This record gives sequence, C-alpha cells and structure tokens, in this order.
Amino acid sequence: MYKNINLKDGLLLTVLMLCLNINVQAEENYSMARQEMVRVIEDLVYVTRTHLDKEQLDEKVLQMMAKVLRHEFVPDENKHNAYENRPLSIGYGQTISQPYIVAIMTDLLELKEDSRVLELGTGSGYQAAILSGLVKQVFSIEIVESLGLAAKERLMRLGYDNVTVKVGDGYYGWEEYAPFDAIIVTAAGNHIPPSLSKQLKVGGRMIIPVGSLFMTQQLLLVSKQDDAKLITRQILPVSFVPVTGGH
Amino acid sequence: MPRLPVISLAILSAAALAYELLLMRLLSIIFWHHFAYMVIGLSLLGHGFSGSVVMVLQDKLLKYFRQLYIGSILLFSLFSIISFQWAQNIPFNAEEILWDWWQGVYLLIIFLFLSLPFFFVGLAICLAFLHFKRQLSRLYAADLLGAGVGCLVFVLLLYIVFPKSALFYISLSGLLAAVIAVIELGRFRLSFIGMVLIFLAFICWTGWQLNLQISPYKSLPKMLLINGTQVIAEKSSPLGMLSVLVSNQIPLRYVPGMSLSSGSEPLPQLGVFTDADNMSVITSKTDDLMRLDYLDQTTSALPYHLQMAETVLIIGSGSGNDVLQAKINHAGKIDAVELNKQLVELTDIHYLDFVSHVYQQPGVSVHIADGRDFLNTHSQRYDLIKLSLLDSFNASAAGLYALNESYLYTVEALQLYLSRLKLGGYLCITRWLKMPPRDTLKLFNTALTVLDNSSDTNARQQLMLIRSWQTTTLIIKNGIFSSEEIIEAESFTSKRNFDLVYTPEIQPKQVNQYNILTPAVFYQYTQALLSGDRQNFIEQYKFNLQPATDDRPYFQHFFRWSSLPEMIGLLHKGGESLVETGYLIVFVTFCIAILTSTLLILGPLWWLNGFKHIIPSTVKHRHVFVYFSAIGLGFLMIEIAFMQKFILFLHHPVYAIAATLAAFLVFAGLGSACSSNLVQRFGQRLCLRIVIIFIVGLSLGYLLLLPEIFVWGSALSMPIRFFLTICLIAPLAFFMGMPMPLALGRLAKQADYLIPWAWAINSCASVISSVLTVLLAMQFGFSVVILMAVVLYALAIFIFPLPQLTREAH
Repeated sequence: MYKNINLKDGLLLTVLMLCLNINVQAEENYSMARQEMVRVIEDLVYVTRTHLDKEQLDEKVLQMMAKVLRHEFVPDENKHNAYENRPLSIGYGQTISQPYIVAIMTDLLELKEDSRVLELGTGSGYQAAILSGLVKQVFSIEIVESLGLAAKERLMRLGYDNVTVKVGDGYYGWEEYAPFDAIIVTAAGNHIPPSLSKQLKVGGRMIIPVGSLFMTQQLLLVSKQDDAKLITRQILPVSFVPVTGGH
Repeated sequence: MPRLPVISLAILSAAALAYELLLMRLLSIIFWHHFAYMVIGLSLLGHGFSGSVVMVLQDKLLKYFRQLYIGSILLFSLFSIISFQWAQNIPFNAEEILWDWWQGVYLLIIFLFLSLPFFFVGLAICLAFLHFKRQLSRLYAADLLGAGVGCLVFVLLLYIVFPKSALFYISLSGLLAAVIAVIELGRFRLSFIGMVLIFLAFICWTGWQLNLQISPYKSLPKMLLINGTQVIAEKSSPLGMLSVLVSNQIPLRYVPGMSLSSGSEPLPQLGVFTDADNMSVITSKTDDLMRLDYLDQTTSALPYHLQMAETVLIIGSGSGNDVLQAKINHAGKIDAVELNKQLVELTDIHYLDFVSHVYQQPGVSVHIADGRDFLNTHSQRYDLIKLSLLDSFNASAAGLYALNESYLYTVEALQLYLSRLKLGGYLCITRWLKMPPRDTLKLFNTALTVLDNSSDTNARQQLMLIRSWQTTTLIIKNGIFSSEEIIEAESFTSKRNFDLVYTPEIQPKQVNQYNILTPAVFYQYTQALLSGDRQNFIEQYKFNLQPATDDRPYFQHFFRWSSLPEMIGLLHKGGESLVETGYLIVFVTFCIAILTSTLLILGPLWWLNGFKHIIPSTVKHRHVFVYFSAIGLGFLMIEIAFMQKFILFLHHPVYAIAATLAAFLVFAGLGSACSSNLVQRFGQRLCLRIVIIFIVGLSLGYLLLLPEIFVWGSALSMPIRFFLTICLIAPLAFFMGMPMPLALGRLAKQADYLIPWAWAINSCASVISSVLTVLLAMQFGFSVVILMAVVLYALAIFIFPLPQLTREAH
C-alpha cells in the first residue's frame, strides 16, 4: 500500500494537514482570545462593583461568554476584533454589543434554567446565543428582514435550537409565547411599549441599554413587582463618580 | 497679449467658496454637522500646500504659467466631484473614533481628499499672483470679491436645487472659469474645445451618477431597512435637507419618553428627518382628541396639570406634536414658532388617506421665526412657554452636539422667556436625560443664575424639576409655586411612573421612587446647586455646568480638561459616553490641521535653507513668518467669532456663514484693491498703522454694540438682516483686507520668491486658526477670541516684513 503513495499524493496530504493545522491554530487563537475576553469582563465587573451592586457575575453567565463563538457572529472583516471588549459593526447600521455590556445585561436578568426570555432586536444573534445556554427558551424578534433571516440561519447552524427567531414588529411583544420571565430590548426605541410591560411576569426583569450604538450610557433595568408596579433602575456601566469631594 | 485673468479668477474663487460651503452641507448630511469646522480648515490647507509647492518649484512652474493656470482650474472642476466621491467611500464612523484609532486615519484621509480641489484653486491663484505680481492687489481683490459672491450664490442655489445637484453646478462653473481663462490669456485653440467637451461629458456623467452615501448609523438609513418604508417627500434649503418617511407595514409609534404606565398607542405618523437624522413625526389628524392621550403621558405635559394654560408659546414647534399636546390640554391660543418654513409646509402633506394640518387647527398660529426674535418683536405675555426635546437623542447621547451653538438656552434667553410670562406663568424646558447628569444640572444652574440676578425672585420657590428614565422637565414659574401646584405635580408624577427631583417642598423620601438611581444623584446635585456651596460644587463637578451665555452659547459643551485623564482611563471600561465625541472630533481635526500645516511650513523652510545662497542678506524670515502667521490667525479669529455671533441675528449657521463670509471676502477684496492707493498716499508703515487702528477700534466697538444692535434688529425681515450684516461687517473687513497685500507688495519689490511662502504661512495659520478659534470660543467665549485677534493685529505693526528696506531707502 505504501508503495502507491507518490509525490503528488504526499504533497496533497501535506497541504491538507497544513490547512487543518491552520484551522486548529485559528480555533485555538479564538479560544484563547475568548478566555482573555472573559478575564477582562471579570476585572471590569470588579472595578464597577459599586454601580453594579455585586463583585462578580453569575458563573454560568461567564461560562456562556467563554463558550459562545463570538467570531461567528461578526462579519469577516471584523473577525480579528471579535474578542476585543468593544462593539463591532455588523452591517445594516447595527452593532454587536460590547461583551462587557452583554455580560452585565445577561447577569442582571437573573435567569433560571426554566426561564423563558423575549429579545427585541436579534441583530447578529449573539445575545440570543448567550441566553440560550442559560434558559429553557429564547424568543427573538428582529424588524430588519435581512438581519433577522441571517441571524436565524446562523443560530440554527451553530446549534442553538432553543432560540426561535421571527422577523417582524416587536411592539406587541410575542403574545403567543407570553408571559416571559425576562425581556431584553437591545433595539431600544423612543419609549418602552406597553405590551412588553404586560407580557413580563410578576417578579420578571426587563433590561434595556440606553445610549447610542457605540456608547452605552446606562442600563435600564425594569422590574415588575408583586402589585404589577414597574420600577426602573438606571445603572451606570462604568465606575465613575461625577463629582470630587464630599457631595 | 495675455490680459489680467480677473474674471476667471473671480469665477474660480466663487466656485471654490461655494464648494466649501456646500461641503459643510454635504458632510452634515452624510456624517454629522460638526464637520463644518473641518471644511474651513481643509480648504485653507489646500491653499497653503499649493503655496508651498509654488514656492519650491516656482521657476519651473512659471515657465508654463498659462497651461498650469488653465489646467489647475480644470482639475478643480474635475476633483470637486471626484474628491467628494472618494471621501464618501472612506468607511469613517464618527462614533467609533473612541474604539478604533483607524477612524483618526480615515478622518485624515478624508481631510486630504477634500483638500485636493482647494489645492488646485490655490495653485491657480498663487501662479497668477506670481506671474502678475505688479498687479497683485487687483488679482487679490478679484479673488476675494469672487469668493464673496460665491457665498451669496450658494445660499440661493440651495433653495433651488438639492445639495448633490449643487455639486454638479459648482463643478460646471469651474469649467466655465477655465474657458474664460483661455480667452483672457489669449491662448485659444480648437483642441481646447475638445478637452472642454470631454471634461463636460465626464462631469455630467459623474455628477448625475452621484448618490449621497449617508452613514448607515443615522436614523433615516436604518429606518429604510425596515420593510414597507419609503421616502415620500424631500425638501432642501440651507437649513437642512428634510425627508418624509412613511412606514406602510410597521407604524412608527414615536412618543419619546412616554410613561411606562401608559396603555395608549400613538396615532398614525409620518417620520420627518433633518439631514437624515433627528427624527420628528407628523401626526395624523383626528377629531377625537382623546386618541392623543399618549401625548399627556410624557414629562413635558406637567405644566398643563398645574394650572390651565390659556395662552401657550411653543418654541421650535417642528412638526407640531407640542401643538397637539397643548390642544388636548385645552389651550385656547397657541403660538407655534418654527424657524424652518419647509418643515411647517410638510405638515400639510397628503399621502393616501393621511392628513395632518396640525397648524391649521383653530386657535393655532404658526410663525416662521426664531424663538427669541419672536419674543423680541411681540409684546404678548403667555401662561406657558415651552421648549421640548430640540435635539436628536442618539446624537445628544454621543456628545455630537457639543459644538452646536444654541442661543435658546443661554442666560440671556431664559431672561427673555421669563420676561414674557404672565404673572404665575411657566417656562417649561424638556431635555433628554443624560447619565451622569449634565444637561439637566446645567439648565438648573442657568435657571438659578437668571433668578438670582433678578431682584424680586426667590429661586427656591420658583423651580420644579421632574424626570423619567429618559427625559427631564424643568419648570420655572413667574411667581411662587403653591402647595396645590406641588400636590398636583406629585399626583402627575406618581400616576405616570415619573420621579420628582425638586419642588419647593421636596422631601428626600419623595425622590427616586420609580426610576431608581443609586445614589439619588439628581436630587443630591440639585440640592448642592441650591445650597450656599454652589460654586464649590460646580468647581468639583467633572462636567462643565457653567451656564451658557450669548458670548459662549455652547450649552451642550460639558467637557472639562481636568476630567480628561480619568475619562481616558475609563475608555473601554464602559466610559465612552463620558467623552463628548463632538469636541473630541474637533480636537482631532485640530491636531490634523497642525500636523499637515506644520509639515507644509517646515518642509519648504528646510528646503529653503538648503538654498541659502539665493537669499539676500537683507531678508528677515522671522518677520515674514510672524507677520503672516499673526494676520492669518487674527483674520480667521475675527471672521469665525463674528460668524458665530451673527448666528444669533441670522438664526442658522449657514445664513451666518454665508453673510459674514461674503461680507468679509468682498470687502476685504475691496480693501485690498484700495491698499495700493493708500500706500501711495501715506506710505506703507503709516498705512498699516492706520489700518490696524481701525481694525482694533471696530472690533472692540462691535463687541460692545452688537448685542444691542441684534435686539433692535429683531423686527427686521431676513433679507434686511442679511443686508445689515453685510453693512456691519463691511468696514471691518475693508480694513482687514489690507495688511496682507501691504506686506505682499513689499515682498514683491524685495523678495518676490517669498510670496508663495508667505501665502503658505498665512494659509496654514488660517487652517490652524479655523479650528483653534472654535476650541477657544467654547472655553473662553467670543469676546476673548476677538481680544486675542486684536492683540495679534496690533503685533503686526511691530513686525511688518523687511524693515531693512526702509533703512536702505533712507
């Protein structure tokens, strides 16, 4: 058998091995970058603990941040930046959020394994992918058809089969699957639709990043209390006190 | 025999200035408005670089003067479109500048691309100056006169065509200048016709193909991605490009700051975008006012619940939602003031079965005017004066309005508003809520300053402040808030999940109930402002809370240099929104301006030093350098400072820029043309002294008198104000046009090869000054900038170039 392996076959085999090696190397690089990203998030959370009211995030959230292949959710030209702690353009005038913000928002929802989560603004699908590993079911709505279909295909391809994506108007939530334990509104509008408040369970939480696409100014956490009263908490995702001295 | 190419030069200068102003509009549409400051700089850079090139290669270039002169004009015509196309294709995103240092590189590339057409203009002008140096003052006059006319033509053009079509016409006018140049220089050839036709065909093809590539992060492009949306109407004027959008499948539902507890849904709406952003809505007409109940679910509705408002004035009424809010709250007479006539016209749009006619409702009068002008010319007093959410949320959040001069929120403005309230009336201002608090506190501080300056007021009893998670509403009463009003406010806020921040009877337990902040910063900081420790608090606050004034009308400028180290340390740690992107971009532009202009000065200087043997020993480089730098810096400082000041009179930057620029250039041109006569009569040195004295005197005089003139002129129509502006600027500009040709004339006699270098120095100083002036004005105010310019001009008397010439003559 070995006598039949000639130079051409050997060359082909070498090239294949090289490609495989390159691919493995790339995956290893991404993996290392992902671990580094999580480490950076942990450091930042510690620095911002006063504003976040906690010193570290839920371990499961960090595990998902370490597990989800963020580079699969960004365009090719941005893959080399995929694990930097910054928002990235995904086309269509949208961004994939800064990992630190994604982690905080996910943690603030205080999800349980049997939770059902509604997401408004699928975008790349990254946030939905993070959520999918933490909860029973994720329902995600995207208003831009191209983005929604691309995210749907991507999530299916990557095996996130507990995420249901639809393209359409999210103003009325998703009544068919309501109520929800948590709602995340990444496509922040000019006000919070009343339907979302109604579809949030008592004890449930809604999180909305407020600011421009590349600069999150604050995180708005909406909680529904026992008497269906809604309380919002405005959280600054940065350790910054605007006044020096004793004021 | 070639004639002096005054006509071609004048047309070229007119086209170049029109192009410069057009770029400001185009960049406002595709990027953001604050790139206007960059345009002035890059135009001057192009001119400056051309001067350096001519200085280094002047012998070779002058041999082919005719070909190069005509060729440069043709290339301007061509590159006016091509450069813009190239610049559009650079993937620059202003908001990403804090994340990606490549954005700074992209900005530099855009800067250089857009400088190219101006390089060709400068090349043509510089060569003409050198070739016809004995008649330099006439050419300089033609240059400035042409530029001045170009400003005025540009303003008219924007009323007739859309900005992208204006680009085509400007390019054509460059081609016309080239044809005239051929006739003037007496080198007409038939082959030239062929070349012109080729250029014409290329310009037509490129011009008509041109599409504006608007940043995908602006709200209009994002909305157009949604199925069923389309633009159904557009209007353009110097005030902005308006686009009306319909969403046939998914309603717009635009109610900024609507209460969480509201169950209402907005009526059908059309979106109106200004320069592809800053969305407002035109609301469908309804006979059932209860369907507009959602407008009562915002913080800005508070004053209507404190007491009935019979007469209401709405400043910046836009597409009319505040009018509807007043109607559902039973206001009897509503005066809506809106600056942009086209925006008001769009509210009468018919689309399928959609109509609005918001301004045609009974009891509603719409006035096309500036808010302050309206109040200065109408003596009526109101129960309520309102200003609501006059900026786009996203741009405001990103700090992109830092450079926006706004005379609506200055101390003088609030004084005026309060003076027009009936006894017991309210001034109500609603703004986006920013975290950490900035706008709200500055506005609160401004209100306190105004009330404290008035002898018969009690600030603590006259203020009320509430907030939602998204907006804040400040009410200043012409009188003291009663307990009943305070109870009404408490009821209003609790029903709508809004929070009280301050009332005259506020208790700590009342605040921070629905939109919780830890700590309760708005409450704490307003208390600090009301305390005796107010100045100390303002000093310790890491954002600028000093009230804006008419001399420094940058309300949204919150940046403090002392906070920069901490903010830089927090970049990529969630602190990006702390930095004002708008201010940062100007600063980056300033650095680019220094870098590029310094290279253009130092480069040829190094080159020159290598040719020391050709420089006569009587030449004083230092004098040349300092003199032309001083007048370059001073000219732009005065020009831009007055440009900014006249925005208060002419209401919009484009009008102010066009009028002041036209006046400065035309009359500086006339001054230049007259300078040689004055020199013959008085001699150069005495002439310069006389000129500087007038410049100093007029500048200082205007500093004192302009505020009064603006108030007096409030009743005048816009064309008359335009004319008055030109008349006011004319004498100052006339004298400011002389220092340059006076010195150039001296160089022409003694060291004419230095003329291009002097031109380059002057242009580069102007480049730096164009951006530096804005930064200085934001920090210190216009008065300081004008005083600095006056000092620079005074310095010019002592450093007039080539003093040895005088000693040798004697």
